[in-house]
Amino acid sequence: MSMVNWFKYASPASFYPLAGKLIPFFSAITAILLAVGLWISFFMAPTDFQQGEGYRIIFVHVPASWMSMFIYCVMAFWSALGFILNTRLSGMMTQALAPTGAMFAFLSLVTGSLWGKPMWGTWWVWDARLTSQLILFFLYLGFLALTSAIDDPRRRDKAGAILSLVGVVNIPIIYFSVIWWNTLHQGATVSMTKAPTMAHTMLMGMLIMALAFWGYTIAIVLKRVRCIILEREIASEWVKKNALE
Amino acid sequence: MNLFSTIYCMARRDLTLALRHKTEILTALFFFVIVVNLLPLGVGPDPKLLSKIAPGVVWIGALLATLLGLPRLFAHDYQDGTLEQLSLSPRSFTLIVLGKIMAHWIVAGLPVVLITPLLGIQFNLSGPIIGVLMLTLVLGTPVLSLIGAIGAALTLGVRGGGVLLSLLILPLYIPVLIFGAGAAEAYRAGLDMTGYLWLLAALDLLALFFAPWVSAIALKVALE
Repeated sequence: MSMVNWFKYASPASFYPLAGKLIPFFSAITAILLAVGLWISFFMAPTDFQQGEGYRIIFVHVPASWMSMFIYCVMAFWSALGFILNTRLSGMMTQALAPTGAMFAFLSLVTGSLWGKPMWGTWWVWDARLTSQLILFFLYLGFLALTSAIDDPRRRDKAGAILSLVGVVNIPIIYFSVIWWNTLHQGATVSMTKAPTMAHTMLMGMLIMALAFWGYTIAIVLKRVRCIILEREIASEWVKKNALE
Repeated sequence: MNLFSTIYCMARRDLTLALRHKTEILTALFFFVIVVNLLPLGVGPDPKLLSKIAPGVVWIGALLATLLGLPRLFAHDYQDGTLEQLSLSPRSFTLIVLGKIMAHWIVAGLPVVLITPLLGIQFNLSGPIIGVLMLTLVLGTPVLSLIGAIGAALTLGVRGGGVLLSLLILPLYIPVLIFGAGAAEAYRAGLDMTGYLWLLAALDLLALFFAPWVSAIALKVALE
């Protein structure tokens, strides 16, 4: 039994067609899961006796928050891999992930504030979770700004990798410092940590939506990485021969 | 001995250069003083309010003043090719970078610490609180220079470098701001503040260990 030769797919030339084959598969999965997830969240999940119908935004809010945190870790993973193995594809993956991560962080902030208005009567509180999510969004913006300001692709990959690794080391420090800051300044606190016990269908809906977001992320990132590969390899033979037919 | 002489030589060279352009140091310092002094004009002259917000204001001023000098940390040496020569030196490039960072702190961080009592008096702070504030600044501003060096190295020679640098670095400054201003706030409220000081010291050690190394890697990337 031979091992899968992963390094084969570290070459953009062989990854490009593989990504092309995977995109329809993940798009289909996303469509199905999204349909099921939305149906559960709108029609099957029971109305919350405290929060009414408004709580249904949780089915977008929570998975979006999960994805925004998870994608930053995946970026750091690709960055570390790029540094250790010196693979070109790693940098491209990192840059393909960043816009989606930023989008989920933004979505989580917006849905959070839309949810907060009817539930707590305010768009924004300086709660530890909200604040650290905002800072995560800033970290994504910094990464996007840095990588778009550097023209040379090699330097862009390396600089982006350093920044995302520095960011991922700092995230726990920032997170705990924000928690301590929040407990020192006991203002109008809204307790968010005491999550109400969740109905079984609600949890199901949330998990299915999270899986749908995963599928979406994989599909869109593969799509984006194909664009980046084409952009960078436009001068090479295989692009002229195979990709641009 | 070699280790310390590398750091010392580099720091002394950068300090000599900085002292020959005194306006650059003074610009950052007066920027700090003006930013802090603008605040009462914005929120009103109530002494109670001012003494409450003073630690936070001084800390944000210190953050911005450190940022102001960061783009110049490597830029001159990068333009005239000195940095490339330094990176080829047989001595550790990480230590050379550390020497430059220390010089930056002496030029940008130390004056901020020393002028804080004057601002404290303006903000109606009592003596002990000014002392605590200075202590947190002494502990915290080196972290600002150290983390800032990573950003300065990453944005070296990149278009829009200065603004980009602040976008990259300011989110990473948040823990220092929280612990620094938090210690003074805790002291004012009569709470135990030693925890904050230990945390600041821990950040110092972490940054001292990692930041020169990461900056050196980022500089090598920029010099390729």
